[in-house]
Amino acid sequence: MRASPSILPMIVDAISLQREGATLLDQVSFTLPQGGITAIIGPNGAGKTLTLRLCQGLITPNSGRVVWTHNAPMRRAMVFQHPVMLRRSVRANIEHTVRAIGGDTKRIDAALSRFALTTLANRPARLLSGGEQQRLAIARAWAQAPELLLLDEPSSQLDPGQTRDIEMLIQQLAADGITILMTTHDLGQARRLAKRILFFNRGRLIEDNTAGSFFTAPATQEAQTFLTGELLT
Amino acid sequence: MDLLAAFSEAFGLITRLDPGFVAIVGLSLRVSLTAVLLAALIGLPLGAWLALARFPGRSLLVVAINALMGLPPVVAGLIVFLVLSRSGPLGSLGLLFTPSAMIIAQTLLVLPIVISLTRATVEELWSEYRDHLTALGLTGFRAVPTLLWDGRFALTTGLLAGFGRASAEVGAVLMVGGNIAHYTRTMTTTIALETSKGDLALALGLSLILMTLTLMINGAAYAASRIGARFAGS
Amino acid sequence: MFTRRIFLGLTMATLFSASAIAQNNERFIVVSSTTSTTDSGLFNHILPLFKAKTGIDVRVISQGTGQALDTGKRGDADVVIVHAKSQEEKFVAEGFGVERKPVMYNDFVLIGPKADPAAVKNTKDIVAALKAIQSRSALFVSRGDKSGTHAAELTLWKTAGIDIDQAKGPWYRDIGQGMGAALNTASAMNAYVLADRATWLNFKNRGDLAIMVEGDTRLFNQYGVILVDPKKHPHVKAKDGQAFIDWLISAEGQRAIGDYKINGEILFFPNASQPGA
Repeated sequence: MRASPSILPMIVDAISLQREGATLLDQVSFTLPQGGITAIIGPNGAGKTLTLRLCQGLITPNSGRVVWTHNAPMRRAMVFQHPVMLRRSVRANIEHTVRAIGGDTKRIDAALSRFALTTLANRPARLLSGGEQQRLAIARAWAQAPELLLLDEPSSQLDPGQTRDIEMLIQQLAADGITILMTTHDLGQARRLAKRILFFNRGRLIEDNTAGSFFTAPATQEAQTFLTGELLT
Repeated sequence: MDLLAAFSEAFGLITRLDPGFVAIVGLSLRVSLTAVLLAALIGLPLGAWLALARFPGRSLLVVAINALMGLPPVVAGLIVFLVLSRSGPLGSLGLLFTPSAMIIAQTLLVLPIVISLTRATVEELWSEYRDHLTALGLTGFRAVPTLLWDGRFALTTGLLAGFGRASAEVGAVLMVGGNIAHYTRTMTTTIALETSKGDLALALGLSLILMTLTLMINGAAYAASRIGARFAGS
Repeated sequence: MFTRRIFLGLTMATLFSASAIAQNNERFIVVSSTTSTTDSGLFNHILPLFKAKTGIDVRVISQGTGQALDTGKRGDADVVIVHAKSQEEKFVAEGFGVERKPVMYNDFVLIGPKADPAAVKNTKDIVAALKAIQSRSALFVSRGDKSGTHAAELTLWKTAGIDIDQAKGPWYRDIGQGMGAALNTASAMNAYVLADRATWLNFKNRGDLAIMVEGDTRLFNQYGVILVDPKKHPHVKAKDGQAFIDWLISAEGQRAIGDYKINGEILFFPNASQPGA
């Protein structure tokens, strides 16, 4: 199931995005290595979510492009900040996703058991707790057998206990070889999970660094300001 | 005629399942149910299309269909009458004064309700599901089955409302069915006829059935929304 | 996928149900007639006899005379049975009908409240009665629906020398509806009303109403039957329609009409063989 080994399966090349006269992303370029967890951080309006949506192909940039170095784009799945729960059972939610992409139906039950949803399989998805819904959203994404998993603020709605569970899941997925690109508001979470940090501010990629260097010795003034907790203007 | 006597005779008709009485109720149900099914077959896809498509004049069409929900039954009847009359464009089909004509008229009455409700339901669901479905590659018509299925409780309520309208109306079926005994006589046309003849028992018996039916429809609609809330969280 | 299955199911159900309704290989003709013939129960009495003999089902649309003739003109009926001789003759003359045959007559009666505010109860003269009603402005209900009964009422006013368009006032209630509705209205308002005897005898919600004037020859009401001309409307079932007409004016059909009674009273008097009827 894994992609052929390549160091740089995805290249984001000079992407700019304008909507209604405002520049939302400005000449963003980065490369995504195979495997591992990359976290996009930055203040509100930095362009974090937009970048994920571009990678998923939900929006097209005004200029620049996303280059897939394999022959075809990576198999991607995205988990939204507020995951859509279809008005169906937990199992039917996963089944719907798998059938929609023409995936392997054996992954339905596998997803249920892997994400500890088997006992909830027949419950209406919309009546689950926030943590359970997030787990279902990730299970649904996993059931698509993605090579690249895009997670938008995966724990923004969760309490600390639930956050810990989700972080463990993310780490296990990364350990399976799935490349993960996620956004987070939680600097601690970025520190705990990410190998690499993409720091955005006002639509520009300010710093692209390893997590170790970024948190100990940020290369840019803006990152330093952000890390001290001051507002970037 | 004594009201009490009329009531007791009406109950008699119902409890001993008077064959003429049962035939009238049966025809009414058959005509209205067929009309609702037809309206669903046409209206669900059309409503979904209207929810997702963007084209010039769309708002106008939406408003027009909403307005048609209030189409007076006699107007629908008149239109169908003119079209199906032997001197009309589809006269050669010989459908005027048959149950088929009544089905067509009632379909016309129910269709705007189904289209309008489907459009509203699908539009609302689409704005909620858009990201998720787009990420799965389900856009345009490929999104419709998901949206209709997830709107099933609201849509059921709409179809029940349509059935209520169809089974309760008298103007259109009277006009295009002709109120022919044993052939196109429905509950509502019989009530009108028997009242004009001063024979209140049959009219009253049928009214009781109609009101029971209305009660059941409303009960079912309520149940659908409750079930929807409980089992789908919608 | 679920939805597709549901759609499939719906389609099947609809086709099944529609075909169940459409599948009707029965032999039938459509007759447009007046409310009086249906409301009186005459057709319920004679049509089963005709069907038993010929296997032809007669589907009756009951309307006012004017509307019934219009239905024939548009070709939506095969046979017309109405009671307004001049209009019937015009219908044939304009080429819509093949031939008019007299079938039967019934009579009109003047119905009114037992209190009889216009004091018409003891007269046999319908014209005098109408004059009394008008001069005392007693409540009077008119069909006002261009039916045969309405036409007869207008003719009677004219015979009485009253221009009803001029003379009508709050006492004259023009309701634009059928015989039954007119009787119901009269019953509710204790008004006078001109009705055909058959509908009156069959009418149950009488309240305080009773027959005030009857038996005047000017109250006789002749019915005619006409086959819609297949030259005008080729789809008309001329053979079966003619079979129905032939049966109506045959000795057997005439006997069936004369046999129909309510409370021992004959409602329609067969007179197919009466010249000039």
